[in-house]
Amino acid sequence: MNIIVCVKRVPLTQEVDLEIDESGKKIKEDALAYVINDWDNYAIEAAVQLQENLGGEVTAITIGSEDDEEVLRRALAMGADRAVRIDPGELVTDGYLDATILAKTISGLEYDLIFTGVQSEDRNTGMVGIMLAEQLGLAHAAVTNGIEAEEKAAKVFVELEGGIDEVSRIQLPALLTIQTGINEPRYVSIMGIRKAKKKELKVMTLDDLGFGAEALTPQTQIEEVFLPPETEGAEMIEGDAATIAETLIRIMGEKGVTV
Amino acid sequence: MDFRLNGEQKDIIAAAKEFATGEFLDRAQEFDRNESFDQDIWRKACELGFVGVFIPEAYDGAGYGFLEHSMITEEFWAVDPGIGQAVLSCTFGSEILILFGTEEQKQMVLPKLVAGEALIGTAITEPNAGSDPTGATTTAVKDGDSWVINGSKIFATNGDLADYMMLFCLTDPDNPSKHRRHSFILVPTDSEGYESSKLHGKLGIRASDTAELSLKDLRVPVENLVGREGEGFNELMAFFNRTRLHICAQGVGLARSAIEESIRHTKAREQFGAPLASFQNTQFKLAEMATRTRAARNLYYEAAWELDHGNIDHGLIAMAKWYSAENAVRCADAALQMHGGYGYIDEYKVQRLYRDAKILEIYEGTKEMEKTIVAGTLLR
Repeated sequence: MNIIVCVKRVPLTQEVDLEIDESGKKIKEDALAYVINDWDNYAIEAAVQLQENLGGEVTAITIGSEDDEEVLRRALAMGADRAVRIDPGELVTDGYLDATILAKTISGLEYDLIFTGVQSEDRNTGMVGIMLAEQLGLAHAAVTNGIEAEEKAAKVFVELEGGIDEVSRIQLPALLTIQTGINEPRYVSIMGIRKAKKKELKVMTLDDLGFGAEALTPQTQIEEVFLPPETEGAEMIEGDAATIAETLIRIMGEKGVTV
Repeated sequence: MDFRLNGEQKDIIAAAKEFATGEFLDRAQEFDRNESFDQDIWRKACELGFVGVFIPEAYDGAGYGFLEHSMITEEFWAVDPGIGQAVLSCTFGSEILILFGTEEQKQMVLPKLVAGEALIGTAITEPNAGSDPTGATTTAVKDGDSWVINGSKIFATNGDLADYMMLFCLTDPDNPSKHRRHSFILVPTDSEGYESSKLHGKLGIRASDTAELSLKDLRVPVENLVGREGEGFNELMAFFNRTRLHICAQGVGLARSAIEESIRHTKAREQFGAPLASFQNTQFKLAEMATRTRAARNLYYEAAWELDHGNIDHGLIAMAKWYSAENAVRCADAALQMHGGYGYIDEYKVQRLYRDAKILEIYEGTKEMEKTIVAGTLLR
């Protein structure tokens, strides 16, 4: 079972006061600390677990600068066999371009499964995995929270609204976008870090992949980025349980919710 | 000159931080209140390779330097000093074995420390011998093929848990030089005559075991001498030149934690209609804490880097030790002050940091002894 995992380094935004830069179209990212996208951490673990049980190779791929290799080294330390970094140079990508670049990179590789995170913590669009499946002509399942792999197929558990799971069989090769909570990602170990040092980490440019300049035009244009306006503070409801319930029902009624 | 860490070092720091955050946070208060620890956390840290990374590959270690060991220490202490100490003190004494032990001694002990199958401790201090270890009177006398050891030790880290104890013993009391009278002897703690009792009521690092040892007609084979007979004092100084580095890292980790807590609290807490962090007094205090903590880290980075490159700078190591310890105490004090009444309650981490910090100015060389060493290098 050969598996490709697409991973990304994202800014850590919890407990940070985000600022918009002068252009009004970007978050100031210079001073932020970076970590692996949480969903991708689960995707790596899922891939490594399958590889440990069924054999084969795990390849981790990211698009980014040398600093972004941190997430590839992490994947290697967790058990991936090799890694590829696509250096986009000066190109600023959107989800569509990420999918396009990944598709071209992956089309030259052998694989049974491709994993991406459901979404990334920075842009949260949740579209790269699905667009990548489309560009490669693969079947896909999004928001996967369980996998039972067989020879040429996999039983896939997909999370629907309201806590319902949908179970289906998918023919391989296929792409799954992985949901957090599907497993318990392992800690990076010192042994893992030492082994990672000996594994292949290949760097490719867009030229290496054979892209001409005109082929890579973003399909998304950001008009404006703004912080949500500050609203009035929450209304604290006081009293015993019965009074609180009564007040809640009244407020919901006023807002047009039928209880 | 290149101040950048390499990718591997960055990865070690990130891994240590992730492990400590995942495993320590929920347990820290419980261990502190109960003076207890869960050895499973130490085992898990061993499984992941965090314990004894400076142990050579020939003995199953990672073969990294004391710099990498110190980096792990800093991250562990930045999450919780008590648990950091409980986990990483389990190799305390392996440095003597690596430097002076025989091949058999190393093979017998070191791989077990890495695997989480054994702990080692080192007992130096006695009721009447602290900063002046040459006053140690725990005596080892040769009797045929054995050393017979009698005496007592106090404040022995892991004395109650360790499988092996490195004992600093008086072996040549009549030698005219007080620096030629002692030797290190490796003692399995299941030997007859080894008794330990856990000390209770420590101010801080309460997750970490500290014990009093009583040694009565304890017999070990003569082969258990580590290093050379009569060279114990010099070996002890060489030992401290390694272990003092991770004390510096402990201080930097603790100070970082104090700064983080202070920033979080002063941004959230409002008085006089504005967050505490908006007052210049708070800002100056934070700036001083951050500057001194950075300086302390640079001191120990340099000292550890030099050591790993074969240059032992006794004075620099002593500078790093007292400075980072004193800075940790100051930062913990400042952090508690910023928390006001909240900081006085043990539900707030700063209270624990305040108590944990003080030991740094005492163990493995009081700050006064460190300054004596520094002055010695200036005035020689």
